[in-house]
Amino acid sequence: MRALAFDLIRVLDENHRAVGEWNPHLTDETLVAGLRAMLLTRAYDSRMMRAQRQGKTSFYMKSTGEEAVAVAAAMALNSQDMCFPTYRQQGLLVARDWSLVEMMNQVYSNSHDRLKGRQMPVFYSSREAGFFSISGNLGTQFSQAVGWAMASASESDPRIAAAWIGEGATAEGDFHHALTFASVYQAPVILNVVNNQWAISSFSGIAGGERATFASRGIGHGIPSLRVDGNDFLAVHAVTDWAAKRARMGLGPTLIELFTYRAEGHSTSDDPTRYRPNTDTATWPLGDPIARLSDHLASRGCWSAAMHTELEREVKEVVDAAGRESESFGTLKEGSRLPASSIFEDVYKIMPPHLRDQLAESGL
Amino acid sequence: MNATRSLSMIQAINEALDVALERDRMVTIFGQDVGYFGGVFRATEGLQKRHGSHRVFDAPISEAGIVAVAVGMGAFGKRPVVEIQFADYIYPAADQIISEAARMRYRTCGEWWSPITVRSPYGGGIYGGQTHSQSPEGIFTHVAGLKTVIPSNPHDAKGLLLAAIEDDDPVLFFEPKRLYHGPFDGHHERPVQSWSDHPDAEVPQGHYTTPLGKARIVREGDEVTVLAYGTMVHVALAAVQETGIDAEIIDLRTLIPLDLDTIRQSASKTGRCVVVHEATRTCGFGAELAALVQKHCFFDLEAPVERVTGWDTPYPHAFEWEYFPGPARVGQALRQIIEV
Repeated sequence: MRALAFDLIRVLDENHRAVGEWNPHLTDETLVAGLRAMLLTRAYDSRMMRAQRQGKTSFYMKSTGEEAVAVAAAMALNSQDMCFPTYRQQGLLVARDWSLVEMMNQVYSNSHDRLKGRQMPVFYSSREAGFFSISGNLGTQFSQAVGWAMASASESDPRIAAAWIGEGATAEGDFHHALTFASVYQAPVILNVVNNQWAISSFSGIAGGERATFASRGIGHGIPSLRVDGNDFLAVHAVTDWAAKRARMGLGPTLIELFTYRAEGHSTSDDPTRYRPNTDTATWPLGDPIARLSDHLASRGCWSAAMHTELEREVKEVVDAAGRESESFGTLKEGSRLPASSIFEDVYKIMPPHLRDQLAESGL
Repeated sequence: MNATRSLSMIQAINEALDVALERDRMVTIFGQDVGYFGGVFRATEGLQKRHGSHRVFDAPISEAGIVAVAVGMGAFGKRPVVEIQFADYIYPAADQIISEAARMRYRTCGEWWSPITVRSPYGGGIYGGQTHSQSPEGIFTHVAGLKTVIPSNPHDAKGLLLAAIEDDDPVLFFEPKRLYHGPFDGHHERPVQSWSDHPDAEVPQGHYTTPLGKARIVREGDEVTVLAYGTMVHVALAAVQETGIDAEIIDLRTLIPLDLDTIRQSASKTGRCVVVHEATRTCGFGAELAALVQKHCFFDLEAPVERVTGWDTPYPHAFEWEYFPGPARVGQALRQIIEV
């Protein structure tokens, strides 16, 4: 068991075949659904990145290269399980069929934004989709997920929690608090470390990744810990399913390090050419998770280049239609807006007198 | 009305927690030493035995973890009441309180919220030095989305704590630890007083709440208004008795939301106002009170608003009575302000 924290669990081999004891033996149908969700995520990212460059919003963050991390996990979890993600797991929402229009409305802070223009782009929140509100203070969600899981267990609720954190943010105290509480109370939670090798400009060694794997952080807490190829859809699905079963059986937490690669900049405010070789993306360590799954489907004889191209065209159409609908509700700079007086709402459940006074004073 | 008995503040707090656990099965209590042992100040004594270790339990020495877990439990639907063993230890949890609990309702437009209560013994007078004596309320009153409550007696402690627990917003409940066992008026050289026989120690049995956001006029008077909370309510009463000045003493009870109406009416009536707190002065809650009084009562004021506070130094162990704004300093301020 201990070795799995230092190893790299993979299912897909060099010839795109599913091999080994972690092979989840998923159906063609499930794999095509996974491929579609990953392609949809990438097409969504692509459109929203362009929208930011066109000035339709202030900021955007792509998940290029990390689609399998979110999509395969979402498909291995039950739809009611509670996710505490970072800003780079939009694939969870896509895989759970959350509305792309709602996501775009949030990115545009437009008149239909469910979060009323209060949150930066990509800081989604959806109780319905089991997707917890994103925080900009990195790592805070990791220990909150443990609390949610403890509450669920104490109510004998079958739902478990899953949390994600970047390898860079494992240096935050919250990471260690989460591991401590998860271990002490044996919470039904999956603790995912997404090691995409870059924390803005800092390589993973600045978070301690050169001396030990991130998965091995779990061993000192007595938490079963796995290191997995995060660009291998089948492997991510398999380890998530294993960890979820453990949690549901009352066997406690699992730490999973998903080794992947941030193929693009941290965000639209970042320029990775200033700190890492331009050739990095081309060599793409571990390969593109979408291409690998597509090749695997082809190796099973149920997929072709033509089918892949057709699926890419279909998801682009879906994204473009969603984009047109969302933009009809406005973008950050254009179109109708929510009344600005709404900024005083929801600070408290009932607006206290000092905020009522300030609302009146503001003239909004 | 339920029958009353005389309780100490720590007994009243214990009883509030017991009632909350009894009435709402989602109430969950945890913190360092609060389970089997019953807390270093005994606030949770007997609760684990009565309500089980799933609802009252010990937490690791990790304040940030304690509050984070409470936020997560609150998102699930629980109603966590956590103890931070000393208010001086709350800072590691500041990120979870300020950036998470306080903003959850706002950033999700009401989709999630943090119905959590953070209890913490605060204030000095127990030879606790700089790490067991602080009054950090002003740090949290500065944060949008938090409520801050400070009781001054057993009756209010129980009623306010039950109101705080039942509130759907995050509440910081600071307990003046020097008042746990008696109404301390700052005369450290005199024998310790007990709560027995004190009228505000008459605590009703069972459930009642003291509403958040309502101040209490502890003593009516005409010459000057004293705004105080926690231990300083008793210090102010001693100062008034010793100077013979006819002061109106207001126990704020809740700093956010603040009962501005009661403050405004009193300061406009007396024309003078002294603000008293144990916390350091600069940017303390007294600064907010002084600004509000000058804004709302300017044309009724006869003198500048005065502040009597802890000095802007760390809380010194051997010199705590030089630091503590006791009745002599409050009395001097009262005498000076009525001369103006």
